[in-house]
Amino acid sequence: MPHVLTRSLDRASTLFILIVAGLGILIPLSNLLLPEGSFFQVPTYLVALWGKYACYAILALSIDLIWGYCGILSLGHGAFFALGGYAMGMYLMRQIGSRGVYGNPILPDFMVFLNYPSLPWYWHGFDMFWFAALMVVLVPGLLAFAFGWFAFRSRVTGVYLSIITQAMTYALLLGFFRNDFGFGGNNGLTDFKDILGFNVQAEGTRCALFFLSCAALIAAFLICRAVVTSKLGKVLVAIRDAESRTRFLGYRVESYKLFVFTLSACMAGVAGALYVPQVGIINPSEFAPGNSIEAVIWVAVGGRGTLTGAALGAVVVNYAKTFFTSGALAPYWLFMLGALFILVTLLLPKGIVGTFNAWWEPWKAGRDADAASAAREDGAEPKPNPAE
Amino acid sequence: MNVMDTRKTSAMLYLDGVHVSFDGFHAINNLSLALEPGEMRAIIGPNGAGKTTMMDIITGKTRPDEGVVLFDGTVDLTRLDETRIAELGIGRKFQKPTVFESQTVQDNLLLALNVDHSVKGTLFWRSNAEESERIDKVLETIRLTDARDRLAGSLSHGQKQWLEIGMLLAQDPKVLLVDEPVAGMTDVETHLTAELLKEINRNHTIMVVEHDMTFVRELGVKVTCLHEGSVLAEGTIDDVSANERVIEVYLGR
Repeated sequence: MPHVLTRSLDRASTLFILIVAGLGILIPLSNLLLPEGSFFQVPTYLVALWGKYACYAILALSIDLIWGYCGILSLGHGAFFALGGYAMGMYLMRQIGSRGVYGNPILPDFMVFLNYPSLPWYWHGFDMFWFAALMVVLVPGLLAFAFGWFAFRSRVTGVYLSIITQAMTYALLLGFFRNDFGFGGNNGLTDFKDILGFNVQAEGTRCALFFLSCAALIAAFLICRAVVTSKLGKVLVAIRDAESRTRFLGYRVESYKLFVFTLSACMAGVAGALYVPQVGIINPSEFAPGNSIEAVIWVAVGGRGTLTGAALGAVVVNYAKTFFTSGALAPYWLFMLGALFILVTLLLPKGIVGTFNAWWEPWKAGRDADAASAAREDGAEPKPNPAE
Repeated sequence: MNVMDTRKTSAMLYLDGVHVSFDGFHAINNLSLALEPGEMRAIIGPNGAGKTTMMDIITGKTRPDEGVVLFDGTVDLTRLDETRIAELGIGRKFQKPTVFESQTVQDNLLLALNVDHSVKGTLFWRSNAEESERIDKVLETIRLTDARDRLAGSLSHGQKQWLEIGMLLAQDPKVLLVDEPVAGMTDVETHLTAELLKEINRNHTIMVVEHDMTFVRELGVKVTCLHEGSVLAEGTIDDVSANERVIEVYLGR
């Protein structure tokens, strides 16, 4: 019986990890060591941009885990991403200290501006990194757990579940817009100074954040692989394909959904937390329902039910977005995104990686079969099937 | 779980005075039925007689408005949900074959095995010799050994029906509820299915719903004919098919 991690690593996964690790190391090295203006030097703004893509890829993985493998279509996953981002933003705000415009050592600028007498109770503890890091995982996780507890026990499925996830993120959007909610209203949290004592604007910090985002992407990928290649992963697919059959076999479907939904929300929270210091701001627009839908499109484009596809889709679509929204085509980006979704649904229902697999696997199986029959002719014993 | 102090009946499955109505339509009307341990019972009856609804009640999918439904003489099934009832040992094969199409035949059986079904148990599950052996045995019984690595979705209709019966075997329940196992099967497949069910019946109690009278005759077991949600006739296949009322409402003249 191979070890959990090795079992989960097929050739495509290994390749994926090597590419992400390679980029995670080479891009910062090139940015820091090569002279500015050199052909191979990656400019700092690109480091931050690709760091953002890495965070999006983690979000896409988290969506693929529940949608691709368990059939739960969440159209509100941006909410968990944003909550993780806010938790990190709160830490960064507390780090500003007396360097703010108003020079208040405790209260962030917006609280001084809005005449807060003292720090709201839920801001306490966020001056400590470990506490903020805990909240990055815990807050999205708890919300997902509470949400899932009610939704899955009441057997809310399909489009109804998707609609209430939209309502959830929309409600949070409205809440965070309010000044008296205590998170900076529509301006959100920004003007960050440093993280763990390092200047967030500095090249070195940006490179470190990029490296960490790649590391987190690999970790998220490994966790997802371990889940989907376990027997639990088979149960998730069973739930996706025939929920009531699974129930009649004696599986507690709601527990499985709750587990994977909560895990997914925690991952989305981590993605948001890494995203915020790299873009330098978190505001309520991150809760916009459109963001969550866009993230689902990444997964659909890359290949629902293939983890590498989800990550690839996030990068490809966001690269296209960066490319097109910075040119003359900018006003038409949303139309292009919509068209992309329709085209992928019609022409590439399995997404990029899913389509590639559908073409590649039969070919590979044929080649393996040929090799096996050749081996038999040589008088060699065919290899026994390795235990699952 | 509501366990009563004393056994109310020797029956494995016991229904008494069960009523269910959907929006005023009486799907099940004062239905009473008892299955003895080790028995195989064939249920026949026209469409809408309540055969599938009866299975829904036994497996916890539908709650009866009134009546007693006892499993093993002690457990009140009307208070439990599908998962709990499946755990107790009642397995079900659906009318339309329902297998996990995107997974292999072998994985379908693995999922059906009556081992730890908790989230933790499946997350840290490891393959073991005992389970592989059980799967091999079931594969042999349902004649799908050669198809073990094929996706269930690529099987023929008849093979899917067998796979689903195989999943029931892997689940190893005390009672098997089998809804129309030979629908859409060829004559040869039908014959093999009858053999298969007889073999399974050696150590399982079975309730099988079927329209195919040749198949029911081949099973050679006690037959219950349902009509409008209650028992119309019960007895050997010859008795039941000679019954005037059964001929009138079901078999036709």
